[in-house]
Amino acid sequence: MNSADHPLDSEHIGEIGRHALIPDTVDVSHRTILYLEDVTVSFDGFKALNNLSLYIDDGELRCIIGPNGAGKTTLMDVITGKTRPDTGSVFFGQTLDLTEMSEHQIARAGIGRKFQKPTVFPEHSVFENLELAMHTDKRVWYSLFAKLRGEQRDRIAEVLQTINLTAQREQRAALLSHGQKQWLEIGMLLMQNPRVLLVDEPVAGMTHQEMDHTAQLLTSLAGKHSVIVVEHDMDFVRSIARKVTVLHEGAVLAEGSMDDVQHDRRVIEVYLGE
Amino acid sequence: MKSTPAFFSSLRADRGGQIFLAILAVVALLVPLLNLMVPEANPLHLSTYTVTLLGKYLCFALLALAMDLVWGYCGILSLGHGAFFALGGYAMGMYLMRQIGDRGVYGNAQLPDFMVFLNWKELPWYWQGFDQFWFAMLMVMLVPGLLAFAFGWFAFRSRVTGVYLSIITQALTFALLLAFFRNEMGFGGNNGLTDFKDLLGYNLQSDGMRSALFFASALALALGYLVCRYIVNSKLGRVVTAVRDAESRARFVGYQVEHYKLWIFTFSAVLAGIAGALYVPQVGIINPGEFSPLNSIELVVWVAVGGRATLYGAVAGAVLVNYGKTYLTAALPDVWLFALGGLFVVVTLFLPHGIAGLLAQLRSRKKTLQPAESSP
Ligand SMILES: Nc1ncnc2c1ncn2[C@@H]1O[C@H](COP(=O)(O)OP(=O)(O)OP(=O)(O)O)[C@@H](O)[C@H]1O
Ligand SMILES: [Mg+2]
Repeated sequence: MNSADHPLDSEHIGEIGRHALIPDTVDVSHRTILYLEDVTVSFDGFKALNNLSLYIDDGELRCIIGPNGAGKTTLMDVITGKTRPDTGSVFFGQTLDLTEMSEHQIARAGIGRKFQKPTVFPEHSVFENLELAMHTDKRVWYSLFAKLRGEQRDRIAEVLQTINLTAQREQRAALLSHGQKQWLEIGMLLMQNPRVLLVDEPVAGMTHQEMDHTAQLLTSLAGKHSVIVVEHDMDFVRSIARKVTVLHEGAVLAEGSMDDVQHDRRVIEVYLGE
Repeated sequence: MKSTPAFFSSLRADRGGQIFLAILAVVALLVPLLNLMVPEANPLHLSTYTVTLLGKYLCFALLALAMDLVWGYCGILSLGHGAFFALGGYAMGMYLMRQIGDRGVYGNAQLPDFMVFLNWKELPWYWQGFDQFWFAMLMVMLVPGLLAFAFGWFAFRSRVTGVYLSIITQALTFALLLAFFRNEMGFGGNNGLTDFKDLLGYNLQSDGMRSALFFASALALALGYLVCRYIVNSKLGRVVTAVRDAESRARFVGYQVEHYKLWIFTFSAVLAGIAGALYVPQVGIINPGEFSPLNSIELVVWVAVGGRATLYGAVAGAVLVNYGKTYLTAALPDVWLFALGGLFVVVTLFLPHGIAGLLAQLRSRKKTLQPAESSP
């Protein structure tokens, strides 16, 4: 619709059309896909987010770093509807007020999320995990009679390949290694075909090789999707980062390229401790 | 008709279900035959009492299927499922009361005896229509279904889960117990509904009717099993177990979790209502005791003993535990409750997957042993 200036727009619409059913209603005419303005979240008086403002561009890959307890996960909770902010506004594109929407509505509108602690459906096979995540009509009656179509199977096979789990497709997800679970969860994100991917600590428990693969995957997703990555592993962040936001005590402390941020006095203080 | 192939295809990988249905088919044919065709003097003759007893077990098995759907597959530990069973039973009981007509003690064709006794002059509005079999059958499903829907709507929307949900389901059945005890409710109070005479114009006490009811229970159980198997094998079934195992993941993937819980809870209540409706004509009475919280807890034990989330395990658990109950309450009436409690503890500690889990374990051990034996 209004997103004619988006370079990958036609392809994107084609993709949505292929998986059908939910119209592309995110209005990114101002190039910004996520707006957080003056967001405050407090738990029993403690401010996990403190007047935080953050803007994410359509197609951007953004890294968010910050010490433990800085509010990174809370930020994702706010975007995905798990936590309601006390004050402030959160918009998806120009029109969708995320503070008014429930978790499943936000997910269906096109925001996918990977949790900090990998959460997959443990009793289902890898294949079924991907099937459950797949972008399709997710209402009850539809699910009762749903049958996998050929192109949906192809899509699952494709994602299985991307996340290197083709050999494990029939395995129960509970039996996967930690790193494999991380990938399965990323795969589930891909199946949802979201506009925005929120990825909380994706490489915890991964080998170096797996990490490289994940870095490749996330960078390849940017452009077509907006990706927000929270990660503690600085080498990993350096390998994918274009723009980095540093959170501290629930607010943005610094923002810029990895080099800028690393040489910022306040950031050094926070990380090294006064 | 069109969906029959889907039902059967969902049975293909269900070894336990195939065995169960085969046994059920044999029993469904053999039991009426041994009762009706074999003369009483013959040692193979099955008494009408036994036919009715077995019919009761089948109704309990259907109820256990309903419980397994919500608890085993969706993780909702309902401690009030007996209420839906009882409501279905009451709906059937009301029809059976109307079938008595003027053959009651007071000979009043318009009113059941207990209403005459209470000096009521006319039939309350909620008894209207129950002289029609089709209407009563509709209510058998609709009343438990609507109650479950309304209850689930509030409970699931407020995201009540776990122990709290169990407690309020228990409160639900307890509240109904108290309500149905009251004479003013118009359901026969303490005594409930009884002294039934006919069903569809046929004498309820006749051997033929007993066998017919037994067969109908077997048929309902078989159909119930096939529908439940279809549901748990469908994508809806996979979503429901996904909700059980990782509820918030299911939400963030885009499922409206409340709707899935509500659907499965309501469907399960309807199934429980049908089981209750088949139960009442066989035992000849329905009274508020059926709402007793203890009944719902027993139901949980059946499913735990048989093994959760297998369906056939729930059936096996219901039949075995009730067989034990029949035996114990006759031989050592005081022991039953302790036995039930003990059974639950033993199963929880040593057999977390119940009998079905034990069988699966034995089978997989046999499988791993066989190649080892043949290799040297
Ligand atoms: N539900 C909650 N109730 C109370 N306090 C909370 C809650 N969720 C988060 N907090 C607190 O808010 C602060 C921010 O937590 P958050 O999980 O967002 O940090 P984080 O930046 O993700 O940290 P980490 O790097 O350790 O994952 C922490 O001090 C945490 O203890
Ligand atoms: Mg965190």
